[in-house]
Amino acid sequence: MSEAKARRSDLRYRIGLNLRAVKGRSYPRIVGANREPSWIFFEAFLPLLGIAAYVFVYQFFGGQALAAITTKTTAAPWGMCGHDPCANAAAQAAAAAAVGANTNALVASVVLGGTMVAFWLNVLWSMASQLYWEKEIGNLQLYMMAPMNRMALLGGMAVGGMVMTSMRAISTLVAGVLVFGVIFQVASPLMLLAVFFATLIALYGLGMMFASLYLLWGREAWNLSALMEEPIFFSSGFYFPLGGLLRIPGWGPAIAIAGSFIPASLGLDALRQLTLGSTAFGSNFWIFDVTTELEILVGMAVLFLILARYCLAYLETLAKREGKLTSRHQ
Amino acid sequence: MSYAVETRDLTRIFAGKKKRRRKAEEEVDESVGPVTALDNVSLKIEEGELFGMLGPNGAGKTTLIKILATLLLPTSGQALVAGHDVTKDPFPIRQVINMVSGGETSGYGLLTARENIWMFSQFYGVPSKVSKGRIDELMHIFGLWDKRNAKVRMLSTGQRQKMNMIRGFVTDPDILFLDEPTLGLDVNAARVIREYVTNWVRGQKGKTVLLTTHYMAEADQMCDRIAIIDKGKILACDTPENLKRMIRTETTFRLEVDAIRDLTTFSTMQGVKNFSHKDDIAKNRSFLTFILEDEGPVAEILSTITLQGKKVHSLQKSEPTLEDVFISMVGRGFE
Repeated sequence: MSEAKARRSDLRYRIGLNLRAVKGRSYPRIVGANREPSWIFFEAFLPLLGIAAYVFVYQFFGGQALAAITTKTTAAPWGMCGHDPCANAAAQAAAAAAVGANTNALVASVVLGGTMVAFWLNVLWSMASQLYWEKEIGNLQLYMMAPMNRMALLGGMAVGGMVMTSMRAISTLVAGVLVFGVIFQVASPLMLLAVFFATLIALYGLGMMFASLYLLWGREAWNLSALMEEPIFFSSGFYFPLGGLLRIPGWGPAIAIAGSFIPASLGLDALRQLTLGSTAFGSNFWIFDVTTELEILVGMAVLFLILARYCLAYLETLAKREGKLTSRHQ
Repeated sequence: MSYAVETRDLTRIFAGKKKRRRKAEEEVDESVGPVTALDNVSLKIEEGELFGMLGPNGAGKTTLIKILATLLLPTSGQALVAGHDVTKDPFPIRQVINMVSGGETSGYGLLTARENIWMFSQFYGVPSKVSKGRIDELMHIFGLWDKRNAKVRMLSTGQRQKMNMIRGFVTDPDILFLDEPTLGLDVNAARVIREYVTNWVRGQKGKTVLLTTHYMAEADQMCDRIAIIDKGKILACDTPENLKRMIRTETTFRLEVDAIRDLTTFSTMQGVKNFSHKDDIAKNRSFLTFILEDEGPVAEILSTITLQGKKVHSLQKSEPTLEDVFISMVGRGFE
C-alpha cells in the first residue's frame, strides 16, 4: 500500500488527476445534456420568443421615429429631425439612417443580451445551486471522497456548462440574426474573443463561489436563484444598453453600478461595443471603453476564482463538521 | 502489524436541531438534543481483513464509515486510515479508498451505466483505457454487460446497485467501505455481490473491506471479524465463531405463538437472560427468541403464554446465531 501511495503523490500525478476530473465532470453536461432533443425547444426556441417581445417593441419605436422623419407637412417639408424640422433632404436622409442604425443597434443589443441570459441562467441553476442538487441525488459525498481537487470538480462543471450553453447561445444568436435581420460589424475579432472568454470565466467564477455558499444554505438557495433572475436581467442591461440607466437621474446610476458587479453587465457592454461599433447610439450608452471593461473583467475573473477556492475549502470543512455534506442519508 | 483502519476513542456528536411542528393549531418549537452517534469507539482493522460492523439502524455504522471516508469530522478521538489521520491528512486516504452504499441513487440519469462509472473513475485519475477495460470486465462479472449502454434512469434497483458496486471496484481501492451493499436486493444479486467481495479480498494481497450490514447471515458468511455496535458503542469484536461461542453456554429457544402483547413477565422471569420479539401482523403471530441460562425456565415461559390464552405454534431449540449474540448483549433484536 505504501509503495503505491508514494508513486501517486507526485505533481505530475496531481495534474493528470485534476485534468481527468475536469474532463469527467464536464462530460455529463456536454454529452448527456445534448441527448435530449427537447433542449432545442426549451433552450433555443422559447428564449427566442422572449427576445422577440423586446425586438418588436424596439422596432415599433423605430418605425414611429422613422414615420415622423418621413412625414412631410407644410411646417416641416423635409420631416421632423427630433424636435425640429429637418433643414433639407440630406438632413432628413441622415436622420432616417441614424434611426435605422439605432433600431438595429437596439435589436442587436437584445439578441446579444438574450444569448448572455442563457449563460446567466446556467450559472444560477447549473453552477450555483448544483452542489446542493448533487447532495440531494447522492453524488456530492462521492465527489468529496475522491482525491481530486475540489476546484477541478467546479472547473468541470463550469467547462461543461460553458460548452453546453455556448451551443444554446449560438443557436439563439443565429436564429436572432436570421429572424430579425440584425447586422453585426466586428472590427476586432481577437478582442471580441478575449472579452467573451473573460466574461465567461468571471461569470462562472461567480457561479463557483455561489456554489459553495448554496451548499450551506440548502433549499433556501432555490429562492435566491429565482430572486436573481429578473432583477439581474434589468440591472445588468440584458435587453438594453446598460449605459442608458446612467442617463436617468437618481436611481439609474445606482442600479447600473450595482448591476456592474455581475460580470455579464460589463461583458455585454464591451461585446456590444465590439459588434456594433463604439459610435452606436451616438456613443452615449456605454459604461467604459472596451479595454477598461476587459481589464475589470479579468480582475473579476481572478477575484471570483480565488474567492471560490477559499469559500469552498472553508465551507467544506464547516459542512464536514456539521454533517451537512452527507445529511441526505443521515 | 499494519492496520488498514484504526480508531482511538472516536466520538461523533451531532448537534441538536430545532424542529417546528404544528400541534393543536399552534406552531410549536421542539428541540431535539445532541445525538451521540459514536461513543469512544476504538477499533483496529488489519490489512487484508474483511471486517464487518453489525448493528441495528441508528447504531452508528454509517457515521463511522463516513468519518473513515473523510466525509465527516469526528467530534473527538482519532481515526487513521492507511496510516493517515482522516482530519489532518485526507489526500493520501482518498487515493486508496472507495465507498459504496446500499440504495445509492448517485450518477446522472442521462448517461449510460458505462459512462457513469467511467466518469467516477476520472475523479481518481484512472486513465480512460484502463478504466474502460476494468468496467467491461466487471460488467461481465456482475452480469450487467447487457445493460452497459442503458441510461442509468432505465436501470432497476438491483442493476443500479451492481453499477454502484462496479464504481467502487473500478478505481482498484486498497480499502473499500461497503455500507449495507445488499440492501433491498434480490437473492441472486446479493449473492453475486457477496461472492465477488469475498473473492476480491481473499484473492489479492493488501485489500481490505469494512462492511456494515444488519443482515446476520451476510456478516456471518463473509467476515473475518465482526464488531457488534449499538448506540454508538462497540459491544463486542471478534470472529463470528468466537462471538457465537460467547453465548454457547446459554440456551436459545425460538417460539412462534399467537400475537402476544404482554411481555413484562418475561423480563423478570428467573433464568431468562434476555429475549426479543417480532410481530407478524398479517399472520397475527409473534416470534419470540429467548436466551436462557439453561432449559429450566422453558416450562414457565410456555405456561405464561398459555395462561394468556395464546397458542404455541412452534418451539425450537437452536444453535446461537449472531442475532442471539446481539440479543444477549442488548436485550432486543435488530428489527
